[in-house]
Amino acid sequence: MASLRVAAANYRLLGSALLFATAAFMVAPAQAQLRAAQEQSVHSNPRVMELAEQLRCLVCQNQTIAESNAALAVDFKNQIAQMIAAGKSDDEIMRFMVDRYGDFVLYRPPVKASTYLLWGGPMLFALLGAWVLLRRVRASSHAGLRSGEAAGNADDEARAEALLAGKEPHR
Amino acid sequence: MIPELGHLALILAMATALGLAVVPLIGAARGQTTLMHFAHRAALVHATLVFAAFAALGYAFWANDFSVKYVASHSNSALPVAYRLAAVWGGHEGSMLLWLLMLALWTLAVSVFSRGLPQVLVARALAVMGMVAICFESFILFTSNPFSRLIPAAADGRDLNPLLQDPGMVLHPPMLYMGYVGFSVAFALAVSALLSGRMDAAWARWCRPWTIAAWASLTGGIALGSWWAYTELGWGGWWFWDPVENASFLPWLTGTALIHSLAVTEKRGQFKSWTALLAISSFALSLLGTFLVRSGVLTSVHAFATDPKRGVFILGLLVLVVGGSFLLFAWRAGRFAAPGTVAKGSREFWLLTNNALLCVATATVLLGTLYPLALDALGQGKISVGPPYFDAVFAPVGLALAMLLGFGAWSRWGEAMDVAKLRSLAPAAAGAIAAGALFAGAVRPFSWLGTLAVAVAGWLAMATLWHVVRRLRGSGSERWTTRLARQGGSYFGMQLAHLGVAVFIVGVACVKSAETTRDVPLQIGQAADVAGYQFRLRTLEDVQGPNYQAVRATIDVALPSGTQIVLAPEKRVYRVQTMPMTEAAIDSGLLRDVYVSMGEAISQSAWIFRVQVKPFVNWIWGGCVLMALGGLLAFADRRYRLVFRTGISAQPSAAVPAAAE
Repeated sequence: MASLRVAAANYRLLGSALLFATAAFMVAPAQAQLRAAQEQSVHSNPRVMELAEQLRCLVCQNQTIAESNAALAVDFKNQIAQMIAAGKSDDEIMRFMVDRYGDFVLYRPPVKASTYLLWGGPMLFALLGAWVLLRRVRASSHAGLRSGEAAGNADDEARAEALLAGKEPHR
Repeated sequence: MIPELGHLALILAMATALGLAVVPLIGAARGQTTLMHFAHRAALVHATLVFAAFAALGYAFWANDFSVKYVASHSNSALPVAYRLAAVWGGHEGSMLLWLLMLALWTLAVSVFSRGLPQVLVARALAVMGMVAICFESFILFTSNPFSRLIPAAADGRDLNPLLQDPGMVLHPPMLYMGYVGFSVAFALAVSALLSGRMDAAWARWCRPWTIAAWASLTGGIALGSWWAYTELGWGGWWFWDPVENASFLPWLTGTALIHSLAVTEKRGQFKSWTALLAISSFALSLLGTFLVRSGVLTSVHAFATDPKRGVFILGLLVLVVGGSFLLFAWRAGRFAAPGTVAKGSREFWLLTNNALLCVATATVLLGTLYPLALDALGQGKISVGPPYFDAVFAPVGLALAMLLGFGAWSRWGEAMDVAKLRSLAPAAAGAIAAGALFAGAVRPFSWLGTLAVAVAGWLAMATLWHVVRRLRGSGSERWTTRLARQGGSYFGMQLAHLGVAVFIVGVACVKSAETTRDVPLQIGQAADVAGYQFRLRTLEDVQGPNYQAVRATIDVALPSGTQIVLAPEKRVYRVQTMPMTEAAIDSGLLRDVYVSMGEAISQSAWIFRVQVKPFVNWIWGGCVLMALGGLLAFADRRYRLVFRTGISAQPSAAVPAAAE
């Protein structure tokens, strides 16, 4: 990536040195093409998008880098692409981002003392739910047959029917 | 003049709500029919007054009255009329008024359609809704008055946020609020039942259609919002686990649990206190959502601290309503104790499991939504909790729920599931294997979660369809059409909604594991190949809209089938707010969407385009539509209509003072 930028600069130098009159004419499309080539190489790497999807665009309202077209997001994407080109691992890239911008930049919060509850919570809820469920079902099997309750219900329903048919005043 | 009349109507509405909240309660306590009957008249007057206030604000928008501050900040004379009216709920004050209007209409509906219920129950429920109305009326009048004047008047308005200038945004808020606020009915009925200490099958049967109606609107509202985000935000996402989205999803989860627990309360007389708790929680979460969205606490805890007036007010309301009703619950719910039995594999067993899972899901989403706020408020640093977290913790619960759903429909009340029943689920198992294999074979790279999800969807779809087939085929000699006619709407509603869940899961799994997204730079005449589709930029042109300027790209797309289509995405800049907006161009299909949006300009003749191919993405909203339609079918069940009709004729007998206490 860096070499492309240098090439762009050289091209511009060359252009202005050779032909002042046509320089302004030439430079814009040439630059555009180069930049386009650069963009293409950035975005054709799926790893860039994968990482960009986990990072928060700091100037947007709750958007990932991948989704945003803000200048900052584009810079981030380019930076990720450069680091990938430099042979950095995903972990290294993420660590770089966190060192610079803090945990806020990560959409997957890191596991640490202040987030134990966040990560452990769902598991706790699931255990709690399972416990309540088991207790309820076990209490039922201890209660044995569906005798008293079923009768009570039949009663209840019959009264409901009667009530809805308007035969019996509500007690 | 008209805005002042609107303001006056709102003040009078609050006075009426005061009467509605107090008089029927006295009547219920003393057993005086006249006082209780007052609730019906008050509900009518109240709804009329709130509607008048709402209409006055609508008129101010229609007439471009920029001397009204709210109109001046949210409209513009160049804004098309439809959006000018939708702008009524385009900002804080107006959306609170819409909230109130929905509440007033639901209250009126309860008053009109509940005449067959015991009068005490209705009187108390209407009074509770009156209390909620007072809360919101005082909130609007004291902190968020939409009728405040701007002196001197503005020459023109600051325009509606361009993001909201979309047909989806016209419909989304009313539908969402209808659902949100609709849970106030179940809430009011539950509080009323707690007050009287009685909750029986009749109560549950009354509560069901109201809850289902609210749930169906909420489902539709959330789906519309998601679809709007997909078409309008320009990045092709459909759900971001944004706190605002979660705020609407939380009451949906508990509302779903409530619908199912109400079924048990009606049919078996069980889970009574649980049902009451869910009814209270659903509305409490609706209020919490309102607090989160309206107090500014989401943008930043500090934004809330700098202008805390509104936030503190809603927080106060939240504490009052939620705290009060939970106290009442703790005090009275003991009376509903009906342990009863839950046989393993019986219908109530599956519904209990359903409720447990839905509550785990609710708690999880709530935790993820509030955690960053709490951490920040405690000075423990700022973190972001986003899709990677929610996807990871929600997917297991959601899939487990969908899998159990397949068993649920085949179970019977009070009966353990036997082996024969399990055997009749064989087609469902076959469906799971077929769907999973198909997905694993077609999608590269292989995705475990995607395959599992699609297998679960196949299981659920087949379990549902096979049940309907068996029900219609029966064993006797009747024609299937006779059986079809005899089967109630709630049966088909349930099956349709469950099928919707399967369709939804297929959509999500396919989009998550098989979509292609590329940002491609294109010059005029240049082409790019993405996922077998060829995109060639033909032209770039300037377009003048009524209140915006735009660059429109015309792109020829060659489909893999060889057909050519043309897509024309736009990048708009709205004149007043100078905000760039991305109008994506989408070729929608049953099996895939081709989605093109404009990123940023490279030069006069070249842009970066975001090109996406999204398989089965419409199944996501299709599934939601099926769920909502299922709700409507269940709502339209004759059983409930019968209740309404016999109810009206039975009114005198129902007008007997309560002796329950």
